[in-house]
Amino acid sequence: MNERAPTMLLTVLGIGVALLYIPMIVMIGYSFNSSPLVGIWGGFSTHWYLELTRNDQLIAAAWLSLRIGFVAATVAMILGTLAAIALVRFRNFRGRFTLTAMVNAPLVMPEIITGITQLLLLISMLNLFGWPHRGFLTIVLAHVAFCTAYVTVTVQSRLASADRSLEEAAMDLGSGPVRAFVDTTLPIIAPALASGWLLSFTLSLDDLVISSFVSGPGASTLPMVIFSKVKLGVAPDINALATLIIATVGVGVLIAGVVMRRADRQRLRDLQLAAQ
Amino acid sequence: MDRTFLQQKQLGRHRRWLIIAPPLLFLLVFFLIPFGFALTISFAQTAIRVPPYTDVLSIDAHHRLHLAATLDNYRYLLTDQVYVLSYLYSLKTAFFSTLICLAIGYPMAYAISRTSRSTQSILLLIIILPFWTSFLLRVYALEGIIRDNGLLNQALLWLGLIHQPLKIMHTSTAVYLGIIYSYLPFMVLPLFATLEKLDRTLLEASADLGSPPWRAFLDVTLPLSMPGVIAGSMLVFIPAIGEFVIPTLLGGADNLMIGRVLWDEFFGNRDWPVASAVAVVFLVLLVGPIAIYQHYRSKELEGQEGHA
Repeated sequence: MNERAPTMLLTVLGIGVALLYIPMIVMIGYSFNSSPLVGIWGGFSTHWYLELTRNDQLIAAAWLSLRIGFVAATVAMILGTLAAIALVRFRNFRGRFTLTAMVNAPLVMPEIITGITQLLLLISMLNLFGWPHRGFLTIVLAHVAFCTAYVTVTVQSRLASADRSLEEAAMDLGSGPVRAFVDTTLPIIAPALASGWLLSFTLSLDDLVISSFVSGPGASTLPMVIFSKVKLGVAPDINALATLIIATVGVGVLIAGVVMRRADRQRLRDLQLAAQ
Repeated sequence: MDRTFLQQKQLGRHRRWLIIAPPLLFLLVFFLIPFGFALTISFAQTAIRVPPYTDVLSIDAHHRLHLAATLDNYRYLLTDQVYVLSYLYSLKTAFFSTLICLAIGYPMAYAISRTSRSTQSILLLIIILPFWTSFLLRVYALEGIIRDNGLLNQALLWLGLIHQPLKIMHTSTAVYLGIIYSYLPFMVLPLFATLEKLDRTLLEASADLGSPPWRAFLDVTLPLSMPGVIAGSMLVFIPAIGEFVIPTLLGGADNLMIGRVLWDEFFGNRDWPVASAVAVVFLVLLVGPIAIYQHYRSKELEGQEGHA
């Protein structure tokens, strides 16, 4: 049954969506404002975008964040997938409870607590072993820890619903367990791996609090630079940067949406063909 | 299917550890053990050295273990009002923001669940999209709306509804707006997930039996959507209570939330033992909400596995 939603519900939905989008749309508008003052329209200008290309500090921070995000997301994807396999496929093993807790807790742990505890660990390690010095590596390690949790949760639900009969068939035909898994189940859960990677990459790029704790002098990520600029007040070039980020994400999500829709339709068609 | 044959084909007990060990060890070292360090250091004293605290456990020249633990940091938390007040303020802010998110998010999720499948996926995309952009930049974007010469004040002045700009920035209102704006999608998504699965024939049955729509909502829809209400509420409440960015950028000097106090204690005062004690107490107080959330999640996962 699909009765039409009452007008009141749709109104609230409209207001909610407007609430989510108006600030971003206004920010995009301001990014083309030639006046540096908020609230005064000085005419259309791409001045702040040009300014952005000249801001070496911002570009260096963006490059650092992209590298950290790439490495952290990739490591987290591997570790998270292994954790998901362990939790879904192996019923009983020592540490199962601990692993379950450790992949669920970061999702709800306030960042500030994770950040502080990780810093205390890193300081103690540095004291004991003289390693690691705070910077790129320590930020990556901290990000991997919370990103792994997100990947595990994403892959876990996909793996739990994946049909095992293909894998069993492959084993009947003589494949070893690893080979059978890679040939049959891995392609099925690959979309979950991809979205886990993307989610990790985004979370890593966006993280301010944890990075601030575990980074060292000279390693300022993009959110750290943005935060220090924004805290001081109006930063018109940040509007331009935000617009670029929103545009990239928008295009990316749009493409992902179209691709997913196509895949869904294809699957539906295949199912119909198979049923005939 | 010959079960024992498949059993033999499965990974041996020892080789399974090749899969289990890497994530388990990594998370032990970089997620769980750090809490042990925080707990230990919360019993230490501040010291002018690097790192800025005394050793709780030490071994002297005669290989004897010394324990120098103090409860001073915890006592200090109770004597200095800042900590108790900021915790209560965080609790209050997170609680009311969650309620407001629920009040806005529930009808939104309900409306989405009533649309056709293809509209649903588009609307969900619209709700999730902001989440993929930067959180920090969205808080900054909100500042552009609510600052003294921001769009909201300009619009209200232009309409003649007010004659002086409203003071929203650096007040509690700004903190509330920031939290609601940032975390609303977290409320809508789990609510939608439960409302979408809701069996509509139950509503028809209750209508057939003479219930008016509002009665059917209270008797059927609301109780059945409770898992979504709880999950969504926890997903807003828990990050909101530890929020740092929003009170720092939008709030005023008196909107002290626990996240900000922790940050200042660490970077401003460099009092790591006290900061550790604050973190430990904060975590203990959060165990309740986190346990509720985990309980709900594990039930949901079981449901999924039973489904497969």
